[in-house]
Amino acid sequence: MTQMAHQLPELAIPALRFEGASVVHRSQTLLQPLTLSLDGCRRTLVMGPNGAGKSLLMRLAHGLLLPSAGQVYWEGKPPRQAMVFQRPVLLKRSALDNLTYALAVSGTPWRARKPLAREALARFGLSPLERRPARVLSGGEQQRLALARAWLLAPEVLFLDEPTAALDPASMRAVEAAVLDFHARGTRILMTTHDLNQAKRLADDVVLLHEGRLIEHSDAERFFTTPASPTTRAFIDGDLIW
Amino acid sequence: MPTTDNAFATALRLVLHLDPALREIVALSLQVSLAAVAVGALIGLPLGAALALWRFPGRGAVVVVLNALMGLPPVVAGLAVYLLLSRAGPLGQFGLLFTPGAMVVAQVLLILPIIAALTRQQVEELHAEYREQLQSLGLSRLRRIPTLLWDARFGLMTVILAGFGRASAEVGAVMIVGGNIDGVTRVMTTAIVLETSKGNLPLALGLGLVLLALVTLINGAAYLVGETARRRLG
Repeated sequence: MTQMAHQLPELAIPALRFEGASVVHRSQTLLQPLTLSLDGCRRTLVMGPNGAGKSLLMRLAHGLLLPSAGQVYWEGKPPRQAMVFQRPVLLKRSALDNLTYALAVSGTPWRARKPLAREALARFGLSPLERRPARVLSGGEQQRLALARAWLLAPEVLFLDEPTAALDPASMRAVEAAVLDFHARGTRILMTTHDLNQAKRLADDVVLLHEGRLIEHSDAERFFTTPASPTTRAFIDGDLIW
Repeated sequence: MPTTDNAFATALRLVLHLDPALREIVALSLQVSLAAVAVGALIGLPLGAALALWRFPGRGAVVVVLNALMGLPPVVAGLAVYLLLSRAGPLGQFGLLFTPGAMVVAQVLLILPIIAALTRQQVEELHAEYREQLQSLGLSRLRRIPTLLWDARFGLMTVILAGFGRASAEVGAVMIVGGNIDGVTRVMTTAIVLETSKGNLPLALGLGLVLLALVTLINGAAYLVGETARRRLG
């Protein structure tokens, strides 16, 4: 009945290519020319210390930011995308209205919006809070609401920028479970995190950035067991602070 | 000449008994100011939102001019509208001078910068917060405007009330373009000026009381709107 917004197309998700993409702000290079290819329906975790350029990479990938040089493009038709931010951006409306708004924007017929939104609230354990103003919810609830909004958009690619950075362990587990649900539904995941254990739990492959440079991109198992770069080893050992 | 005490008592009687002359003046004042606020909001809200969202050469200058125009002296606005609407002026053919229509135009000129400039500030702040999310949802700048205006609605209601306060309390512009014609263009502020100069203090005071009550009502409404917003939206 309400599966319309949840179904993902059978088509393969196009690859995302970075070709010499860099970001320069006020003559300061924040992201060095980056060449990277992200293929398949995988869970890619982007890691690195503070200021490594993780958020910039996410914004470039999602099209929120244009590269100063080089290009970022999808090899094929750009997929349907959604993004969940570290600090959820929720509208000054109720939890339910935040979801119906996203559905309205995506072109869902008026009559279908509330049932779909309520189903998503239930899925993310937010049903009792549907009338509550979204911005007075707790941090964990707000993040689940942001995930529910993304869920309704049925993205083929989901970007998550440190979605668990400010959450308690229970909320973090809920977000991780949601990420796995998204992926099980056929959504490609691109997520940044500082948390090595979280990356071990979630990642199919890992991208490591340091000081605006790509250090390594490899399968998760190889990344954690036999890293190609000494910088990666230092990062895993906790010796890479800046 | 009546004493001040007598004048107050007579003024109160006029207000409480809904004196027909006083009622007519108050009604026209409200009609003119509400019409001006409606037109000002219709133009000022989208204009302010557009200024908040778009970057173009000279935008800074437009913002500065708009902010400066918030303090436009009413007599200057009145003079400008007078020149526009006078028989020899570019819009003289419409025969609007010394009609309530001219007074609406003059008040729009006064409140439009207030509504547009304050809207720009509020929408710009909200957009800084929403921008990435709205961009992520694939909304063009044009499609973001209704969302931002709706989510800023409580703040914008205060802006509109501020515009109404300015419109209903000003005297110079409507005096120049309306002419303070009895039964045609006489509003509260112009009537107060006239009646005071004639020494008819009770009517002037009665109108003053109504005007004061109106301004208090507006401020009360603005306060309630703000409180409701804080309670409902967090």
